[in-house]
Amino acid sequence: MQFFTSRAFPWLFLAAAVVLPLLFASDYRLFQLTMVVVYSIAVLGLNLLTGYNGQVSLGNGAFYAIGAYTTAILMDKLGLPYWATLPFSAVICAGVGFLIGLPALRLGGMYLALTTFALAVATPQLLKYKAFENYTGGVQGVVLDKPDAPFGLPLSQDQWLYLFCLAVGALLFALAMNLVRGRIGRAMRAIRDQPLAAEAMGIDIAMFKTRTFALSAMFTGVAGSLGAITIQFVAPDAFGVPLSLTFFVGMVVGGGASIGGAVMGALFIQFIPNIADEISKAAPGAVYGLLLIAFMFLLPGGLASLIRILSGKKRTA
Amino acid sequence: MMKRRSLLATAGAALAASRIPAAHAATLVGVTDTEIKIGHTIPYSGPASAYGVIGQGHTAFFKRVNDKGGIAGRKINLISLDDGYAPPKTVEQVRRLVEQDQVAFLFNTLGTPNNTAIQKYVNSKKVPHLFLSTGADKWGDPEHFPWTIGWQPSYRTEAQIYAKYIMKNRPGAKVAVLYQNDDFGKDYITGFKDGFGKDYAKYVVKEFSFEVTDATIDSQAVSMQATGADVILTAATPKFAAQMIRKVSDMDWKPLHFLTNVSSSVGAVITPAGPERAVGIITSAYGKDPTDPTWANDAGMNEWRAFMKEYIPTGDLTDGGYVFSYGVCTTLMQMLKQCGTDFSRENVMKQATSLKDLYIPTLLPGITVSTSPTNFHPIRQMQLQKWTGKTWELFGEIIEGTGA
Repeated sequence: MQFFTSRAFPWLFLAAAVVLPLLFASDYRLFQLTMVVVYSIAVLGLNLLTGYNGQVSLGNGAFYAIGAYTTAILMDKLGLPYWATLPFSAVICAGVGFLIGLPALRLGGMYLALTTFALAVATPQLLKYKAFENYTGGVQGVVLDKPDAPFGLPLSQDQWLYLFCLAVGALLFALAMNLVRGRIGRAMRAIRDQPLAAEAMGIDIAMFKTRTFALSAMFTGVAGSLGAITIQFVAPDAFGVPLSLTFFVGMVVGGGASIGGAVMGALFIQFIPNIADEISKAAPGAVYGLLLIAFMFLLPGGLASLIRILSGKKRTA
Repeated sequence: MMKRRSLLATAGAALAASRIPAAHAATLVGVTDTEIKIGHTIPYSGPASAYGVIGQGHTAFFKRVNDKGGIAGRKINLISLDDGYAPPKTVEQVRRLVEQDQVAFLFNTLGTPNNTAIQKYVNSKKVPHLFLSTGADKWGDPEHFPWTIGWQPSYRTEAQIYAKYIMKNRPGAKVAVLYQNDDFGKDYITGFKDGFGKDYAKYVVKEFSFEVTDATIDSQAVSMQATGADVILTAATPKFAAQMIRKVSDMDWKPLHFLTNVSSSVGAVITPAGPERAVGIITSAYGKDPTDPTWANDAGMNEWRAFMKEYIPTGDLTDGGYVFSYGVCTTLMQMLKQCGTDFSRENVMKQATSLKDLYIPTLLPGITVSTSPTNFHPIRQMQLQKWTGKTWELFGEIIEGTGA
């Protein structure tokens, strides 16, 4: 079972992710898989911040919202094509993330969690704020058009969108993998585990922490943009506390400090609520809660640890 | 057009027996000789899960229909899915219903943002999107969205009704409006403009707005009194409505106070504001309140209670969600009856927009459901009710909204 940890695995996984759904999945399944890609980018963003760097965020939904709205406003008001909005959203979210990272430096653990939680609570109300209403559409939100496949490719809208999101996702995953494997990743983990020792070794903690925040916000923001294009609609109440908590659940279930775990966490948050709904209409929340507890009990290291167990490899991260 | 449809209906009836696939020009999806599959989304989980009872009501209602043999020999298979009140989830679930489960149509999907998220999609797919659970006015827009139709009276209709009452009973009144600065609040301004028509400027002395994010509306209330208005309308969600009632009473101001029925809840608005301060406030209603003793022996409500006893014995009989469900399901059954044996999407939409003075057991006496190809607002009548200090008391006749 060394296969899962081999260098070739991500490439094979990507190839399978491109080919299999296009051959076998209906448009509806493709739409769900597109959301899995979107969520896995968002979960990865959170994982870089919380899993690798130890800064607990319960407010990453706010960055997702900023990304979604950036795309929605640029498409709706300025008529930009969907793909051209991604760089804007990445830059804006990275900027906001950096700024939020500054006060976060003074806060640790529970206090940081609470501060970012406040961000999640405030987001829907800020999006409804009168002064921005001309842009944000207020409570009503913004409805977007779905992009067609370019260059006359013989693909349905859903097929194209899936491939597009997958390409962006692959790029971001490669970026994250390279980051955490190298010097920067070691520094991020060192700050998480032993901040004093890290500082003594000459790691600039403030710089790393704020930049990790910016990076996390950028990933999450791009996910938000892709999510807006896929759903074709943004509205303030879609970006409340539950969204941020969903990302958090995805990260923990997938496995903290794990790149592959982000994909598994995204699969969980996309599909498990549907399964809970199938099991009980009266109390889907309770079923979801039980499933969550079961997962945590059986796999305390997250789904990613399952692969580690299967491949018999000791955890090094 | 008529001729072809009735021809198809007859042909369909003949073919249904012989099991030969009908050569329909119309789109027949989700309907077999034995089943009609329909789709529904509602928050069973999440912040708005209190609405989940409506979905339970629907499920039980169609179980009864099926126990009694179904409709036109077909059982109704309601696929009711949880969207947690999150628009992205609604999009996903509705796509599942339309593309994977292949439902004939969507019924009573709940929530204004949720329905906004799917409206464009379902109209592009030409799937009937029937009798939505939301009070926004925009669902009655056949020109742009011919496959979407609401059900309950919209906020705009409600405001039209208040305007009608004011013009008739308080001619020459000076009206001040307090509205929440969002879709909900603005629907009331639009409704007042419809209702007062060219006399709008004569009646309405000033409009005041507030943000949902504001802490209080005290300063607006003071300014409203300063305009010398003797009639006021408060189009605000419960928290602000309670503040308004309290402030008006504190200022010892006694205007005729109209209050949106969104904020007519005794528990959430009147009790916190003080029941004695709210005496004389007018709001409106279209359905029978299950807690109102007036309906203790009402035939319509007894029909509903009998249904509850048999199919949802553990259900809370004071929960208006079940009453709402019963009313909207009854409307759907009439539409399906009118379809005859042609359950094509085109005919479903046609019948949904040709309901005539339909009696619904849970609506106030005299209020009926009517639609037409140009009227996509099924319920356009309401009755006013006044707070007596202990309870809401219906008074006056049924008033119909203006315009289509």
